[in-house]
Amino acid sequence: MPSVDEPLVSLDDVHLSFGDNEVLKGISLQVRRGQSVSIIGPSGSGKSTLLRCITGLIRPQRGEIRVGGTRVDQLRSEAEFIALRRRVGFVFQQYNLFPHLSVLDNLLIAPTLVAGRDRAEARREALALLDKVRLLHKQDAWPGELSGGQQQRVAIARALAMRPELMLFDEVTSALDPEMVGEVLHVIRELAAEGLSCVLVTHEMRFAEEVSDEVVFTEAGRVVEHGPAARVFHAPTSERTRAFLNRSLDPSRAPVLPQRPVELAGMRFAI
Amino acid sequence: MNPSMTALEHLWQWSPALLRGMGANIGISLLAVALGTLAGLLVGAASMSHATVLQHATRLWVQLFRNAPVLVLIYFTTYVFPFEIGPAVWRLPFPDWLKVVLGLALPTSANVAEIFRGAVQSIPSAQWEAAQSLAMRRAQVFRVVILPQCLRRMLPPWMNLYASIAMSTSLASLVGVHDLVDTAQIASNTVARTDFTVLVYGAILALFFAYCYPIARFTQALEKRHAFR
Repeated sequence: MPSVDEPLVSLDDVHLSFGDNEVLKGISLQVRRGQSVSIIGPSGSGKSTLLRCITGLIRPQRGEIRVGGTRVDQLRSEAEFIALRRRVGFVFQQYNLFPHLSVLDNLLIAPTLVAGRDRAEARREALALLDKVRLLHKQDAWPGELSGGQQQRVAIARALAMRPELMLFDEVTSALDPEMVGEVLHVIRELAAEGLSCVLVTHEMRFAEEVSDEVVFTEAGRVVEHGPAARVFHAPTSERTRAFLNRSLDPSRAPVLPQRPVELAGMRFAI
Repeated sequence: MNPSMTALEHLWQWSPALLRGMGANIGISLLAVALGTLAGLLVGAASMSHATVLQHATRLWVQLFRNAPVLVLIYFTTYVFPFEIGPAVWRLPFPDWLKVVLGLALPTSANVAEIFRGAVQSIPSAQWEAAQSLAMRRAQVFRVVILPQCLRRMLPPWMNLYASIAMSTSLASLVGVHDLVDTAQIASNTVARTDFTVLVYGAILALFFAYCYPIARFTQALEKRHAFR
C-alpha cells in the first residue's frame, strides 16, 4: 500500500531522445495528490513529450516514472497501459475530438466501451459534465460545428467522463483564439479548486501562477527551477527563469499566445 | 430478314436481347465488386499488420493485380481454371461468366486494398492518441474511431472503382460470355446492314454511358460534400 504522503506522480531522471535529438535530459519532478503543477518553459523544451511519457504514449529511454504506484516506464502489455490510462485523463492542444460522433457520444464512448459502465448511468454523468463545462445545449452538435473553445471544453469533459484521478493538460489554450482562452481556463480553474490532481503544460503565465500549487520551469530538456508558484514567479532564483518570465510576461515583447491561427476551408494555419 | 424494315425497327426488335445482355454486364460487375471488396478489405487489413510476411505478400498481390491489364486477367482466369470443378463424381460447372467475375474481382481487390490502406493512413495519428489516452485497446480504437471515419472517405473512390469495373465487363464478350457487346455483335452480323451496325454500337455506347455517368456524378457530389466537412 502506498503511504498517504507518497507523490501521485513522480519522475526521476527521465531521459528521452528522438534519434540524435535529445529532448529530455534527466527530468525529475513530483506531483502530490490534489496538487496542480504547471510546467512552463520555452517552446521545444520537451514539455509536451513529458506529459506523453506520464500516460505511456511515449516511453523514455532511461529513468523512472511512477503514477500512483505504477512504474509507467516498465509497462509492457496493452492491458497494463489501459489500467494506467483509465486513471489518467489527457487533454490535447488540438482537442482531437472524434469528428464522426456527436458531442454526447464523444463523452459516452470510453465510459461504456472501456469502463463497461451502464449506458443510462454514463449518459447521466456525461450530461452533468457537459453542464459543468456549460455546453449542455450542445450535446447533439457535431464537433465540427463548435468553436475551438467549445471543442476544448468538450475534450475536457470527455477526459473527465472516465473519472480520472489525474488530469494532464497539454497547452490546451495554445490553438485557441484569444477570446476563447478564458472560457477554457475557467473550467480548469474550477477543477483545480475541487482538488483534482492536474499537470498543466502552459504558456499562460498569469493563469499558471494563479492556479498552480507548484511551478516547474524547464529549458532545453532540463528542470531549471521548481517551487511554489508565488516564489518562482516573484522571486526566481535562476537568472534563466527570470529572463524567460520577463519575455513571457511583457506583452509588448512576446505575446503570451503563439500566433493566432487562421481558419480556412476547415483547416487551421499559423500565419 | 425483312429488307423493308428500317435500322431503328431492327434495333427495337433486338432491344430485349440487348437489355438482357446489359443485365449480364451489371450482374457480373456487382458480383465482381462485391467479391473484390471483401477480399480487398482483408488484403488491406493484412497490409497494415505488423507481420512483415503479410506486408510483403499483400504488397505483391496489390502490385501484381493493379498493374496487370484487365483483359489479361480475364484471359488468365478463363484459361487457368477448369470448366468443371469438384470431386470426380459430383461435378459443378464453372461457367465463363463466373471466371470473368473472378478476373475482375482480382484488380478490384487490389484497388480496394489500396483505397482502404490510404483511408486508414489519412486519419490523423492524433485520433489514435486521443482514443488511446481514453484507455481504448488498439482493436477498439480501430473499430469505433478509425474505421467509421475511413468508410466515409472510401465511398467516393470505391464508387469510381465500381464504374470502371462496370465498363470493363464489356471485355467479357471476348471470352464468350453473352453480354451486351456480344449481343450487339450477333445482332450486327444477323441483320448485316451498315446503318444498323452503326446504330447498335451507338446504342450500347449510350447504355453504358447511361449506367456509369450517374455513378460518376453522384461520386462527384459526395466528394464535394466531404471537402467542406
